[in-house]
This record gives sequence, structure tokens and C-alpha cells, in this order.
Amino acid sequence: MKLIFEKHKDGRRGFSYGSNCVLEAKLLPRKYCRAKAAILPSLSELDVVRHYTNLSRLNFSVDTNFYPLGSCTMKYNPKFTEKVASFEGFLQLHPLLPQLSGGGKLAQGSLEVLYETEKLLCEITAMSAFTMQPLAGAHGELTGVMLIAAYHKDKGSRRKYVIVPDSSHGTNPASAAIAGYQVKVIPTGPDGYMDLAEFKKELSDEVAAVMLTCPDTLGIFNPRIKEITDLAHKAGALMYYDGANLNAMLGKCRPGDIGFDVVHLNLHKTFATPHGGGGPGAGPVGVSEKLAEFLPISRVVKRSDGSYALDYNYHKSIGYIAPFYGNFGVILKAYAYMLILGKEGLTKVAEIAVLNANYCQAKLKDWYDLPFSKNCMHECVFSAARQVKYGVHAIDIAKYLIDKGFHPPTIYFPLIVSEALMIEPTETESKETIDAFIDTMIEIARLAKENPSLIKQAPLNMPVKRLDEVRAARDPDLSWKPKI
Amino acid sequence: MSIPKNLLYTKDHEWVRIEGKVAYVGITDHAQHSLGDITFVELPKIGEEIKQASYCSTVESVKAASEVFAPLSGKVLSINTELSAHPELINQSPYEKGYFFTMEFSNEAEKANLMAADGYEIYIEGISK
Amino acid sequence: MSFVPHTQEDIKQMLEAIGVSSIDELFRDIPLGLRAKSFNIPAGRPEFEVTQILHKLSLKNGIGLINFVGAGFYDHFIPAAVDAIAGRSEFYTAYTPYQPECSQGWLQAIYEYQTIICQLTGLDVSNASLYDGGTALFEAMMMAIRETGRNKIILDSGINLIYRTMLYTYTSNLSIEFVEIPVVHGQSSRKDLFKHLDNKTAAVIFQNPNFFGAVDDYSDAVNEVHKFGALAIASVYPVSLGLLKTPGEMGFDIATGEGQSLGIPLSFGGPYLGFMSAKNELVRQMPGRIVGLTVDSQGSRGFVLTLQTREQHIRRQRATSNICSNEALCALRAVVFVSLLGRDGLVELAEHNYQKAEFAKEQLLRLKSVEVKRSSATFNEFTVFLPCNADKVVERMIEKGFACGFPLGRFYKGMDNYLLVAVTEKRTKEEIIAFIDNLKKVL
Repeated sequence: MKLIFEKHKDGRRGFSYGSNCVLEAKLLPRKYCRAKAAILPSLSELDVVRHYTNLSRLNFSVDTNFYPLGSCTMKYNPKFTEKVASFEGFLQLHPLLPQLSGGGKLAQGSLEVLYETEKLLCEITAMSAFTMQPLAGAHGELTGVMLIAAYHKDKGSRRKYVIVPDSSHGTNPASAAIAGYQVKVIPTGPDGYMDLAEFKKELSDEVAAVMLTCPDTLGIFNPRIKEITDLAHKAGALMYYDGANLNAMLGKCRPGDIGFDVVHLNLHKTFATPHGGGGPGAGPVGVSEKLAEFLPISRVVKRSDGSYALDYNYHKSIGYIAPFYGNFGVILKAYAYMLILGKEGLTKVAEIAVLNANYCQAKLKDWYDLPFSKNCMHECVFSAARQVKYGVHAIDIAKYLIDKGFHPPTIYFPLIVSEALMIEPTETESKETIDAFIDTMIEIARLAKENPSLIKQAPLNMPVKRLDEVRAARDPDLSWKPKI
Repeated sequence: MSIPKNLLYTKDHEWVRIEGKVAYVGITDHAQHSLGDITFVELPKIGEEIKQASYCSTVESVKAASEVFAPLSGKVLSINTELSAHPELINQSPYEKGYFFTMEFSNEAEKANLMAADGYEIYIEGISK
Repeated sequence: MSFVPHTQEDIKQMLEAIGVSSIDELFRDIPLGLRAKSFNIPAGRPEFEVTQILHKLSLKNGIGLINFVGAGFYDHFIPAAVDAIAGRSEFYTAYTPYQPECSQGWLQAIYEYQTIICQLTGLDVSNASLYDGGTALFEAMMMAIRETGRNKIILDSGINLIYRTMLYTYTSNLSIEFVEIPVVHGQSSRKDLFKHLDNKTAAVIFQNPNFFGAVDDYSDAVNEVHKFGALAIASVYPVSLGLLKTPGEMGFDIATGEGQSLGIPLSFGGPYLGFMSAKNELVRQMPGRIVGLTVDSQGSRGFVLTLQTREQHIRRQRATSNICSNEALCALRAVVFVSLLGRDGLVELAEHNYQKAEFAKEQLLRLKSVEVKRSSATFNEFTVFLPCNADKVVERMIEKGFACGFPLGRFYKGMDNYLLVAVTEKRTKEEIIAFIDNLKKVL
């Protein structure tokens, strides 16, 4: 498709602000003005709408395709949450209003949403307080590690290290590093669990935190998790819970009950807010009681008269990690989702998510290598090692799935599984959809043996064939340049 | 897999060619092969002091970034400026046009920590099993 | 309601295939002692009830106020076509375009977004978005620290205090030396800048227009910054770039900012859009995702995520940033918004903002009791000196139906009587006049 810039036509307009009804036109002094106007496309409204509507049709999405992208929890996003988020009262509210004298009473609806969401998340995770401010999961991780740093500093203890397993999300070590820590990586043992002996060796009074995903990125719940949290606590380290996989735990198991001190959630995963093509997400962070005083300001409080207000009066707070109260529009959708599901609905989410993943695992384990043959939780991780013998790699399998109308699973992650295929069906997908996916995966396993070239050519039915990523990286072309 | 006889090798798959006091440094054919198409290389600065077995460069493919470690200690004399525009030279000619930099090495004894061609050959056979 | 499609029969068949007798058995790896101790969540409700509850809550927010509050976050008009496109679920229910062949729509849209950010800021390369203007500024600062290997940062105190506070929060465990230089008569003090600038300085950061609304040409300052081998970073307001000299034209190395003004609702503080652009040579220091143009195996044009070795999923603790999800849907809103406005529309938008603010200034002159600060040119926001505490005026004006501005005393010591007033294209002549009439009454 042509770029929007290539559709430009001089003199066309897509939007007009009308005549300016204030006095004669004033001019800004020239020395402050740009010499060259921005080269933007001039188009009609229809041109623009058709262009982006047609672009939208080139995407796979949850609403159009099965999207079992492991670790991302691509569940259905109920439509009514979009409607709720578009209520003018929420959409038009200026974030500074409650910070003005007399403005708080005009923001009561939104403050109540924040307050009530925090309360629900506390109960779901067994934490004592939440900040709703982090703007995405990784942002929550950074906030969480900063809270841990503030806690240790307050105790007068200087700690240098954060421990992560080698199966962790890349965001864990990256967040720890940005917060100023050195990272120690613990290998995964042959049983698929973090190597406990190695962990004990690395644990010391210089370790500030241990960051774990639970169930882990292999989709496995480590039955010895309590032993790990106890060991860490004995060494004075705090336990960080990466909530990427909370979908499997809803109503079943709570990080706070296990002994985690800090938790981040991904509202766009577990609580069904749309992923938006890569955001906006929301990554609220929950903490146990001893960390609550360090949470970012402002915090929303409920006064004795039942009204809600912003409270800045926490002198140990780490400060501002976002300009305001988080991605409010996203938080609101998650709140609406929790209200409609309720206790039974949320518990059912975990049950069916785990059922669907185990079903995939059971049906495919004869066809693909299962590096850690265990009961899985919300996702299962296969390896295409068997198919590699015929020259078919995980990436080839992914491309063939695209041709068949399925978004591929996450591939090549976790890094510890070679040729990884990480499948997370989520609870909102029906048996029929999953069966169709399984049939295609079996077809691929057969073809890999019998006619591998067919898979290696894929995709053939998409708007583009396989793209040259080497060229893109060697000679980056990152924006359209006007022809002069 | 090409392993020229006149070079010395490290366990991290760097090679070094010694010409008097000057050493040429690059990565081996085995390394370029397992990295795949190389898209970018970050070289040390001229004049920088580097230490044997510590980080000196980064080499990148589309989906991986690998650290390159100095085979010997010493001072960087020149860098292969061709590589910034043509990182593919590392794939095409790892031992000649795709060298990374030259250095003046400072400690003759460190050579004992490197492998000769036959030793490296046995080493990579061992790790690819 | 849990949006689960399974019938009892489905569940039975699936359990059989797995070889277990109940769903409970699937949770057997969670030791009994670690099961949830409580789960006191209210029972679910039907859609119409939840919708009604939330509609009622939305009505508790007072949005009828005529808005003159900006302070970095502005009440701009959003054409309906922006909502229509962003409301297409082929966009909003997709995730990051990891698989390019089934994500060409998203990838091309982001490439187009990157282009408009480059065009607006006059710089070479843009990433696919960051969380907000504040986190974008933090990322820019970290780029400069890595690039120069230095750790001193000079901040202009005309940078939004919210952002400065964020920078301090993020760096509280890192060893970074901050110096703040004062604003004198609305403009950044060059004298103080030159006093602190040295060869330990990693970056100098300005905001244009600054928090007081004043515009400046920073070319001279940037030039001086470069003499010391430091980088110059600008935090900018994109709507103003329809008129104002660009960061690129002034020689800045990195530009960042809050993109909320480009078609994104105020929405009580988020989701917003952090944008960033930079000179070509800094591209490998950039955080976040970047889309690049390439060709497919048949030679047709296509788009991919590129330069990914900078990112956390590959480089882990050595990544340029920890960012994963960004604000893609907000970036889409921005590119649709700017495309609708086009070359002339964006200039028109900037002009309306500027002219309406100038009109409001002139009308304010009618009030003898206030003083409009006019020592420097401003864009669509300006400061007014009141005869009394601005907080009180704000409160009284809210009762009259106006959010009349931001009281500067909240952020700046000794400025209790100052009010920061923003006038966007949405304010009509009648509203501006009514605003001033009411202000007269409450003073």
C-alpha cells in the first residue's frame, strides 16, 4: 500500500478550524518561527479514513484471529468496556482538576474508580496497597524495584544485586539495571525449576530482591516457591512477583499469601484491556504493608465523609513515576471487567485458561518436543527441535500458521528452550477454535517430515512474503523522506 | 569451517594474527556462521587500553547481540572503518576484510592463553556435539 | 459473566483428552498451603448494571467547566475520524507487531507516525512511542549519559516541575549530578547556563514553550552546549511546532514531549503519548521499538520492527531501556490526527492557539487589577499576576463554571499570586470574554 505521504495532493483539506473570530491576525515574532513547514500530507477526510481502514485490514487481531501469543494473554476484550471508557465524564476530565482548590469535588467519579480498583487488586493479590500509576508492565517492574531500593535504603542496608532466573522476561533484568542494581542470573535446572543449589550459592546479604514470574515463563508452577521466598527473606532480600502470568492464579493462589512483597500486574493481560497494537497498557504495583509508605505520590484516599481525595503526605514516598494517576482509561476498563466477572467469573478465568493450555499440551505432545514434561498452567512451551532435523525452524512454523489464519505462538522465548513455541490460548477461546489450531499444528508436524519446503515458503497468502530483516537492520530506513 | 593455521584463537571465538608487535583481531568463521547475517559492529576507540578476556566490541545480528573479548592486552592502534558501512564483510571474509581492529599487545606471555588452529578445531568440535 | 465459551460437554471432553478427572486436578502443583486464603470479590453483575454504575460515576465528574487550564496538558478538539480509526478493533485488539507478515497495517502506521514526529521536530529518527512526556525525557537523559559517558545534567527550571520531579525520582539510586538554572523574565538564564556548563556535562535540557508559556530560540545555548561535548535535549509541545522553530533547526540532539495534544483525550492523565526523535547518529542509543522499511523475498516494500538488539528482550540488563509495551494506539491517534489536519491544518491550529491567547491577553488588559506578564513572547499559555492568592481565585472561578488556570504557587515558591492561563483553539471569543468578565467579578 502507498504511504499516506505518497497520497498527498496540494490544496486538499481533511479538516478546517474555520475562521478565527478574534480580532486581526497576530504574528509571532519571526525569530521564534520555524523556517521550513513540516512536510505533512494534505488529504480529504475520506482519503485518511480509507487509508487507515485499509491498513487495519492488514493486521491479525484478537477480534479477527486466534492469537495464542504466549506470555501476552491475548484474551477477548469485552466491547462494553470501550463504551464505558468513552463516557464524556471520564474522557474529558483534566488531570489537574483535583489538584486545584475546589476542584476535587469535580473529580469524584474518577477518584472513586481508582480507589475501588486498588481495593479489588489488593484482595486479588493479597497485597496491602497498590499504586495505579505505572503505565505498563515494565514500568511497574521499574517502580517495584525502586520501591525495594527505597526500603533497603531506609533500613540503612546497602545491597547491590537483584537475582533473576535465566527463564525470566527480558524486562526483569533490564528494570533492575535501570534502577541501579547488578543482575545475577540463576540457571534453570533439568527439571524446569530454578536451580535451587545455584540460588542458595548466589543469595547473600548483598541481594536486594529476587524477581520471579509465577507460574514461570515455562508455564509451570514451582511447588517449592515457598522455600525460595523463605530463603530470600532470611537473607533480608525482598520477593518481587512479575504478574505477567497472573491469569492462571485468579482466585486460586495469591502472591501475597506465598510471601511476595512486591507485585506488578498487567491490566492489559489479566484484566482484558485491549493491547492496542503494543500499548497503552497499565502496570499497577502492589506492596506488602512494610513497603506501603514508599509508594509514589499522589495516592487516592477516602475521607470519613465518603468523599475521595489525593494525598501527597507520605514523606518516605519515592516521588513521581508518572505525571498523574496512571493510564486512567485503561484502569477504568479493567475495573469494569472486574465488576462484570465478579468472584466466580474471575475464578473461572483461571480454570478455563489452564484447561485450554493443558488441552493444547496434551494434544500436541506426541508431535512436538516438550522440553519439560509437566502439568502446565495457562500456557505450554514446546520446542521445534524435532522439526529442525528436517530443516523446519520455529520461525517457519510461525509463518505457516499465519498462512492458515492463526497468529503464531511466541517463538524463541523463553531463551532457555531452543526453538521455543510458547502457546497461551486464554480462556475466551472455544474448543472448536483450539481444535482447528491443533489440527494445523499437527499438519505442520507431518509436513515438516514429508514436504518441509512447503512450510519454509510460507507465508504465501499474506500481503507480503517473508521480509528482509537483515537489510532493515543494516541500512535503516526509519521514516519517509520528501523528494526535494 | 575455515581455521587458518597462522592464527591464534580464544574460547570465545576471537582470532588474532600477530605481525611483530601488532596484532590483528577478528571473530572466527565458526562465530560468524553461528551468528548469521551480521548487521552491526561496535568497535573500541583508537588508543583505548584493552585487557585480555575482557569486553572490547559488540557484534550484532538481527536477533542477537554478542560481546567480543580482547584476545590480548594492549592498546588499540586502528579500527576497520569499512565495517560500519559493510558489516557483511565479517560474514564474507572473517579473517581478512572482516577483521575488527589492530592493537599493540603489551604482554607476550598472554599468548600462552590462546589456542593454535588444531587446538581450536578440536575445541569447536567438542562444543558442537 | 466471564466471556468463556465452554459448555459442560466441552469441559468433559477436554479433561478426558488431558487425562484428568477434574479441573481442580490441573492445579495440583499449587500446594494446598499456598492456595488463596481469601478471595472476597463481589459477585459479578450483568453488563447493563455495570454500565449504569459506571455511567453514574462518570456523571460525578464535573466536566462542564470552561477550561483555561493547561500546564502541559491541553484541551484540544479531536475530530471524530480519529476515534473512528482508533476504534477499529483490527488495530486495538492486536499486539506488538512481532510477526510482520500479519501486522503490515500496524507497522506501516507506525512508520508513518515516526515520519510525522521527524517532520514536526525537524530531527532524523523517531521511535514508535514511549509512555508519556516525562518518561520520554528520562529516557532522553539516559541516552545522553550513555553516549557521553558523563553524569552531570543541567535542567532549565522552565521545565514542567512534574517532569523534573520524575527525573529526580528515577535517578535516586544512580549517581547523577543535577544543576537547575533559573528562568529570568520568562526565559532561561544564559548566564547561569554558561556558568555551570563544563566538560563533565552530559546534557542540558530545555522546554519550549517553557512551563510559563514563553517561547525562545535556544540556538545560541545549544551551540555553547555542543562546544563542551554535551548533548542538548528539548522537551516540546507538538501543537506549537506548527509555528515554532523546531528542535532540529535549533541544533538540538534529542527532542521529546507529550503527544496528548495530537488527538488524545485528557482522560484524567492517561493514556498519553511520549514521543522522541533524535539525530541519526544517536539511533542505536534510542529506547523502545522502531519500525523500518525493507523488502520481502519478491522485492515488494514491507515494514518490520528493526534495530531490536537495543531492546530488553534481546539485550536484557544491557538494553537501552526496559520498555516493552509502549503507547501504540495513542501514536496511531496522533498520526491520524496530523494526517487529517495536513500541512495547512497544523499551521492553522497553531495560529488559532497563538492568536486566541493573544486576544485573551489583550482583553485581560482591560482589568486594571491584573498584570499580564509580557516580557517574552508566548505561544498559547501565559502568566497573569493577580492582586490576591491565585488559589482563591481558582476556587471562586470554579463556582462560576470556569477552570481559570493553574496557580503557579503550587510549583514555584513565591509565585502565589500568579496564574498560568492556557487558551486553545476550542475557546470561543464569547468564552474568553465571559472568562474575563467573571474574573473581574471574583477579584
